[in-house]
Amino acid sequence: MLAESLFILLGTVSVVAALGMLIARNPVTSALWLILTLFCVAGLYLTLSAEFIAVVQVLVYAGAIMVLFLFVIMLLNLGALPQLEKMDWKKALGFVLCVIVLSQLVFIVATSLQLMPATATVAEDAGAATTIAKTLFTRHMLDFEMIGVLLLVATVGALMLAKRKFA
Amino acid sequence: MDVPYWLLAIIAFGVINFMLISASVLVYAERKVSGYMQNRPGPNRVGPGGFLQPFADVFKLMFKEDIAPRSASSFVHSLAPAVMVVIAMTVPAMIPFARGVVIVDNGVTVLIILALTSVSVYGVTMAGWSSNSKFSLLGGLRSSAQMISYELSMGLAVVSVVLLAGSLSVVEIVEDQARGGAILGWNVFRNPLGALIFVITAFAETNRAPFDLPEAEQELVGGYHTEYSGMKFGMFFLAEYVNWFVASFVIATLFFGGYLLPFEPQILAAYPGLDGSVLLGLLQALTLLLKVSFFAFLFIWVRWTLPRFKYNQLMTIGWKVLLPTALVNVLLIALVVVLFMG
Repeated sequence: MLAESLFILLGTVSVVAALGMLIARNPVTSALWLILTLFCVAGLYLTLSAEFIAVVQVLVYAGAIMVLFLFVIMLLNLGALPQLEKMDWKKALGFVLCVIVLSQLVFIVATSLQLMPATATVAEDAGAATTIAKTLFTRHMLDFEMIGVLLLVATVGALMLAKRKFA
Repeated sequence: MDVPYWLLAIIAFGVINFMLISASVLVYAERKVSGYMQNRPGPNRVGPGGFLQPFADVFKLMFKEDIAPRSASSFVHSLAPAVMVVIAMTVPAMIPFARGVVIVDNGVTVLIILALTSVSVYGVTMAGWSSNSKFSLLGGLRSSAQMISYELSMGLAVVSVVLLAGSLSVVEIVEDQARGGAILGWNVFRNPLGALIFVITAFAETNRAPFDLPEAEQELVGGYHTEYSGMKFGMFFLAEYVNWFVASFVIATLFFGGYLLPFEPQILAAYPGLDGSVLLGLLQALTLLLKVSFFAFLFIWVRWTLPRFKYNQLMTIGWKVLLPTALVNVLLIALVVVLFMG
């Protein structure tokens, strides 16, 4: 029950924050909204008892990548984007209502045709670091190594580009 | 680990208040020690030996007018100090103060500490950006560049500790250091290079001298908190001191045996009745505090001894010295763990 209400709360906040990121006209404000979204997603992982993924989400995305984003945005000192066009509130409201009605219809049709996926049961230790490590270093070893090589290539490529500019 | 929630809440309340009080004590300690280092008495008017000076300062800050620049982004401007304080106050939840006395232990606490350290840069960046002032912006920029650079080495130093302990939980890392008798099991003796790197990066992550470029007063006035006044400035001040205290806690816990008494196995063998008693818990908490006091003192000592690095020196040390050393250290520790401890 607690997990469910937390899920709804975090999901709503993350969607609202994502919208805020799109609507915000200032790049720094956009980045701050995105950070809020990332934190909410980390919270969603927590409700699925995947502590490791949640912490890594905060550590990598919020802690490293977004800091770099903010740093670059602030360094370039980007101006505010042009104002959004005046929104037609009637159209927006109509769109939201349409989405709600459509999802209700899809839900009813899907349940009557028994197309709804069964509620997945998560194993107790599915989110533990050891479980993830085991699958990562046995079954997905090749993918893991390939990502490593890919990142290395990207780093070398970035260095090459940076060097050429100043040479 | 089935501690009732109300007990956890009481411990957490105690820890938060302890952190708040110790921040004041640290301010006093810093001013007094720096005074002695510069051959002057330091604060000595308010209370016995000037001990009440930081409390007087806090009251002064509370009654000061809170001024925000007109062109500042007001919400972010107010949010930044809160972010700083909240993040600084969250880390102690992961620190075990004695055997079994810890607020959070969910198996990935070391990672949570690292995540909080890396997230704490947002407070500085937001303050720097939202103030809409050149000095603040430069301070924020410097701070984020510095934190990104030193976070990697810090993470790698922690990885070497995690490899030795075979666990991501702070409690298990401390208990792992109990092996090897006396004090030789402490990570500083098994992993001296990692300890050195971690201490240096801890200085950089807390923005303390010699890494305090984000608030280099000669160039940047007050750095990221130039445009803050009153209690908002007080919160930055508080967060800085709590960060420094917490960093001492983390250093002591990860590398200096945490709450473990020196010669604990021998003491327990001599007095078997002590095992699991409240007295042992108190002794452990006292030991941790003594270790932490030493590192807190080390922070002051270094600050008033070493001059500040230049920006290029800062980057050279971070990327060309600490990072390769940390990588080699992780490789060596991993080899040792695989070859000799498997």
